[in-house]
Amino acid sequence: MNRVPLEKKVLSENDRLAAELRARFQEHGVLCLNLISSPGSGKTSLLERTLELLPRRDRVAVLTGDIQTENDANRLKRFHFPVKQITTGGTCHLDARMIERHLADWRLEDLDLLFIENVGNLVCPSSYDLGEAAKVVVLSVTEGEDKPLKYPSIFFKSDLLVLSKIDLLPYVPFDIEVAAENARKVHPGMEIVKVSCLMGNGLHEWMMWLGERRRAHKSLVQQTAS
Amino acid sequence: MGIANSVLDAVRTEMGRHPGTYPCKIGVRIGEMAAIDQDALRFCFEAMILETDLSSLELAIEVCPRRHRCQACAREFVVRDYDSRCPQCASLETVCISGDELELAYLEVEEYEPSAVGEKSS
Repeated sequence: MNRVPLEKKVLSENDRLAAELRARFQEHGVLCLNLISSPGSGKTSLLERTLELLPRRDRVAVLTGDIQTENDANRLKRFHFPVKQITTGGTCHLDARMIERHLADWRLEDLDLLFIENVGNLVCPSSYDLGEAAKVVVLSVTEGEDKPLKYPSIFFKSDLLVLSKIDLLPYVPFDIEVAAENARKVHPGMEIVKVSCLMGNGLHEWMMWLGERRRAHKSLVQQTAS
Repeated sequence: MGIANSVLDAVRTEMGRHPGTYPCKIGVRIGEMAAIDQDALRFCFEAMILETDLSSLELAIEVCPRRHRCQACAREFVVRDYDSRCPQCASLETVCISGDELELAYLEVEEYEPSAVGEKSS
């Protein structure tokens, strides 16, 4: 019997493609954000409100992933930004190959900001790098405040936690401070915004965070280019 | 399922480099922060090798704990119950150094018996 050391990542092929995507996003100055949550936490609603608030001249596009249906893309198309649905046909996450394929007929030089709305799932999407600059995790107040402890990986790997549906706080036994504390146990110093897409609370803070990331990304790209 | 498939793809690729042998065991390292359920991975792995050329392949999983390094005193320690405070100097300025592994560690291969090689090629 002979033991051969391998010492490589299981998802090395996905990581290789993701690194290529990241380099292309960097080259063309595109900030790519990967939105992840359980099904029904409000990723699409957050994107709807975001697209509504962004100036029409902004160069923004969305790739939205689901197992079946074009429903999300149809919801997002009415804001007149380019939107493409990725239907995985059963796979519970997006991978770098799907992103590469669905970007093929968009010119990255025409974009500044790309949102990827992942398939609703707190587990598998956290393993697959899509070449994004940051992951954003959405957790709604109708879930449980212990979700960050139960599914630590995605909270650990995301730069921002969006606590959504806060208009429902009076009706649900969800302690928002405990949820924030749990997220910061897993990811010390994690940034958190609290929003209601229905009532509009907190959207200003979310747009501020987004604006800040876009500015920081732009100056990083300029520095690298010069 | 995607992870199990990637593991098996890697085994098949690696086997191309070891003619005259068959794979017995694949060693995988999984960090506790890697969001991989061991039982689910094992279930998918076993379902996927059933009645294939890899049906005798064993999956060995090594779980790696989350480790942090203290920025103040450089102590390295295992994080338990999400308590990332340095056990030596109590600093909260600690950074994660491992615990999100999803890696192929090793592959154990066995040489075919001469007669088995004959059967294989017939």
